[in-house]
Amino acid sequence: MDLTQVLETVSRSDAGMVRSHNEDAVYLNPALGLAILADGMGGYNAGEVASGMVTTLLGSELEKAFTLKEPHLQDSDGQRRAHHLLATEIARANSAVYQAAQSQPQYAGMGTTLVMAVFYDNTMTVAHIGDSRLYRLRGEEFSQITRDHSLLQEQIESGMLTPEQARHSQNKNLVTRAVGVDPSVEPEIHDYATLPGDIYLLCSDGLNDMVEDEEIGMTVQMLSANLELAATQLVQMANDNGGRDNVSVILVRIKREYPAPRGLNGWLRRLLAWFK
Amino acid sequence: MAKLTLSMDGLLLKEIPLTKERTTIGRKPHNDIQIDNLAISGEHAVIVTILNDAFLEDLGSTNGTQVNGQPIKKHFLQNDDVIELGKYRLKYTKEAQPQAAQADFEKTMIIRPDMAAKPAVQTSEKAMMENTRADMTAGHLAPSAPPAAQPAAALPRGAIQILSGANAGKELELTKTLSSLGKPGVQVAVITRRPQGYFITHVEGAVFPSVNGKTLDAQAHPLQDHDIIELAGIKMEFFLKV
Repeated sequence: MDLTQVLETVSRSDAGMVRSHNEDAVYLNPALGLAILADGMGGYNAGEVASGMVTTLLGSELEKAFTLKEPHLQDSDGQRRAHHLLATEIARANSAVYQAAQSQPQYAGMGTTLVMAVFYDNTMTVAHIGDSRLYRLRGEEFSQITRDHSLLQEQIESGMLTPEQARHSQNKNLVTRAVGVDPSVEPEIHDYATLPGDIYLLCSDGLNDMVEDEEIGMTVQMLSANLELAATQLVQMANDNGGRDNVSVILVRIKREYPAPRGLNGWLRRLLAWFK
Repeated sequence: MAKLTLSMDGLLLKEIPLTKERTTIGRKPHNDIQIDNLAISGEHAVIVTILNDAFLEDLGSTNGTQVNGQPIKKHFLQNDDVIELGKYRLKYTKEAQPQAAQADFEKTMIIRPDMAAKPAVQTSEKAMMENTRADMTAGHLAPSAPPAAQPAAALPRGAIQILSGANAGKELELTKTLSSLGKPGVQVAVITRRPQGYFITHVEGAVFPSVNGKTLDAQAHPLQDHDIIELAGIKMEFFLKV
């Protein structure tokens, strides 16, 4: 199903004010409802390699996979196909980065975070690894949907630190999961129902470390009529506040409902698609 | 590397670097910091260090532990905190990080289970080996500062006074980073508050706002004191408050 008329999408990626390289990578395929963001890490410019590999590999493999098989269909164990596809392709991308890191000394230890969303059948499936985030603006409510895989988050959840104290921690940006640093990695994958009017924000920590969540939400809400301006403004705010890291954002707005075609209608569509 | 400075009645007694994961404080001799005074319990308190963060915990002592005058059970130590046990004072200080490592505090790094055992110094050394810009200026804030609200004192407050229409005479103070003006669905512009000043940008609507009679384009436009903005048929003046 072509989602070009259903989703409004915008992305920005900026090196920030301090770093010489941009090791973030973003990928968007609005027709297929795919948004991928990765924040690379590693010595020299290995971070750039890791995040670039992951977004490119995932982007191209998922494009092929979703074109062939509808993501909303259920597999034999009841899980939506999208889950299996994402898990498989993330595992494959992880191996690729891990192998590259093992084979080249300048890439040793490289890795990347990952946050991605795929939209289909009034649903959004989110997969993430690390501390890049996905937020949702629904009406007046702006909330963080993904839970960081980071040392700080674990400390907050165990009661050792309050969120306020975490802001003063020296241990920021220590992730407990990343793509490419181990032979296998476990992504966190969840489904969410979407509503027309929802705006989703995927971002690297270069945004939420420089700008308060409240300000981010206020910006998206106030500029919701102009997503390009909202994206520019978010990056600008991060840079005005110091821009100490690469900053990337992807904004996706749901314009209307997009139920997957079912029954004869769906079957006929797929048959016709064969002949195109 | 963080350290504690032990003193009593203003007299400096000892400096103790915090090198271990657990630094115990008490009267008994097995403690890392032994304070031989009856007001101090045998096992009085402990400081747990996790990479670059330190936590102070009272171990159920008879007379309690205070930080900066407040009794605590558990406390997340900040630079220059003063720990009080009886008449003794332990000042907690962190050494300033070398410049190159400062830039790396914002770098995302993977933490492995075996890393927590390493003292903080090694971590920053590891970070320093990575290729970073050597010509970092000291222009950015220290890593421990939370994301800064822009120095409000440096930038004078801006405000809008409505000159025409039903709300003529009303004043709107521009205190937030973004203030939106106009009619959603018809014509909306936003005024952004940045370190370099105030800017107006068109958000939505077929007609763009004008400033001092000139129609704006899609770019952000810097606002000067006493600029006249026309938006959705309403005239308003931007001015800076002194």
